[in-house]
Amino acid sequence: MTTHVIEAVDAPRRTRRSGIERRQQVGWLFITPFLIVFAVFLVFPLGYAFTMSLSSSTLAGGTQFVGADNYVKAFTDPLFLGGIRRVALFAIIMIPTQLGIAMLAALVIDSLSTWVSKLSRLLMFAPYAIPVVIGALMWSFLYSPRFGPAATLFDLVGLQTPNFLAAGSIFGSLVNVVTWQWSGYYMIVIYASLRAIDPAIYEAARIDGAGGLQIATRIKLPMISSSMVMVITFALIGTLQFFTEPTVLRSIASGSLPPEYTPNMYAYALAFSYSQFNYAATIAFSLGILVFIGSFGFLFLTRKQSGLK
Amino acid sequence: MTTTTLTTPRPHARAREGGRRLGSHALLVVLALYFIIPIWWLVVAATKSTGSLFSSPAFWFDNPAAFFTNVAGLFEHQGGIYWQWLANSFVYAFTAGIGATVIAVLAGYGFAKYRFRGRGFVFGMILGSVMVPLTALVIPTFMLLSQYGLINTAWAVILPSLLNPFGVYLMRVYIQDAVPDELMEAARIDGAGEVKTFITIVVPLLKPAIVTVLLLSVVGTWNNFFLPLAVLTNPDLLPVTVGLNRWLALSNAGAGGEQVWNLITSGAFISVVPLLLSFLFLQRYWQGGLTIGSIK
Repeated sequence: MTTHVIEAVDAPRRTRRSGIERRQQVGWLFITPFLIVFAVFLVFPLGYAFTMSLSSSTLAGGTQFVGADNYVKAFTDPLFLGGIRRVALFAIIMIPTQLGIAMLAALVIDSLSTWVSKLSRLLMFAPYAIPVVIGALMWSFLYSPRFGPAATLFDLVGLQTPNFLAAGSIFGSLVNVVTWQWSGYYMIVIYASLRAIDPAIYEAARIDGAGGLQIATRIKLPMISSSMVMVITFALIGTLQFFTEPTVLRSIASGSLPPEYTPNMYAYALAFSYSQFNYAATIAFSLGILVFIGSFGFLFLTRKQSGLK
Repeated sequence: MTTTTLTTPRPHARAREGGRRLGSHALLVVLALYFIIPIWWLVVAATKSTGSLFSSPAFWFDNPAAFFTNVAGLFEHQGGIYWQWLANSFVYAFTAGIGATVIAVLAGYGFAKYRFRGRGFVFGMILGSVMVPLTALVIPTFMLLSQYGLINTAWAVILPSLLNPFGVYLMRVYIQDAVPDELMEAARIDGAGEVKTFITIVVPLLKPAIVTVLLLSVVGTWNNFFLPLAVLTNPDLLPVTVGLNRWLALSNAGAGGEQVWNLITSGAFISVVPLLLSFLFLQRYWQGGLTIGSIK
């Protein structure tokens, strides 16, 4: 008797709840187009590259399953390891340089509100609107001793013009190209998060006797740390994939930039110059894994600052 | 208020403040010069013949009318292929950009407003994929596309560019704040179906985010270099970035006949004009992508 009553009361409620639940499943319809693209152009290529990396093909023997052999070869290949070391060094030097400039500029621009600060904000951000290829192409002219624009500027301040494209200086020249292209973007990110801070906090600090520098280091920097973490993560992912700038500059400085200068360039050369597709897939996959581990490691170490869990 | 009354009687502090302002401005001017000089150089170099690129002062005009000779040269060299490249860039960037935006709006809405089973897991996977280096996908994608005979077609550039996990993330974050649940509930009570609610109620609320994601996707595809470099070899299909790089490599390597320095500088300048204009007029949206991301 009692069970009967309970069922009678329960029945309509259950159908209504399942109706709401059914509506929630409509969400799948909305995300389906993305999931298709995601599967076809991310999951599938990654899986395909992984499969390819497990075999080896020769003209004589055809395709053979070789297990982890290609990975053993990659992680003992001085050309690949040299490339990894180089992009790691780029990350260590380039990211702090760009962020230092960006942060300094953002703090200064945030503390002023004159037409000079507004104009320089716009001018600093402008290189971001220029495609990376075109930026690198422009710098290949500026560095070129044949055209000599950089020499003009160095003469102007009475300095000896260095050879930007020599083996010893190409590293610094590349750091400069990337710094020029991206610092403005980072400056805008930092500036935007500075603007989001409630100015009442500064007032309170000033009443407590804090100066401009103290406000900058004790209040502003800690409060923008979560957007800094985001910026550094993207910069890290981008730097480890370094490809476009050295590839463009190669046509003018091929002596200083070997085809295996960065891991991505190495994978490209293996695939398109030497037709070693299996090994190229191994290099690409290994790089992908390293970047993935690197960026997750970074996010893990900074989880306190970013507020991500 | 208190601070001003405190500092006014002290001229020292005032002077120090003034000095600091001057120093700040000097720093900004130096930085602005560093960032703008290369762009200024490009404007000047676009108006020079090859001869004056070598001989005249690098940062000032020589004979600006040479710009028109250069433009005419772009129409003549290799049958005007430069304009084909520019058109290709437009077609690839807008097809892929619009496609990626539509996909991102749909997915962002699905994630923001429906609590379907598996939502957390799928979204976590997408967030994680932002960390997957896209260039690591280029060579596998090349191999995949060549299996299906899509190498050397426009699809080889357009289809992989539809993938934009960051766009989905931006859209989800934006929709969560911009579309109140009550509004959707009201539309449902009025008898509108899910699709109708989405098109008539939700989409109009998303205009700023749509412009931002569209801009970022279009510019992203326009700037892409590695993918078209790998999947396109037919000169008629190249986007302008890869095409100009090809001219640069030929000019650096080649004999006199292949050296087209003046066409490279003027071609590069013409190709960045649309980007710089959109940058000036859509500044808000260029920055929007950054600020939407930092709301969370």
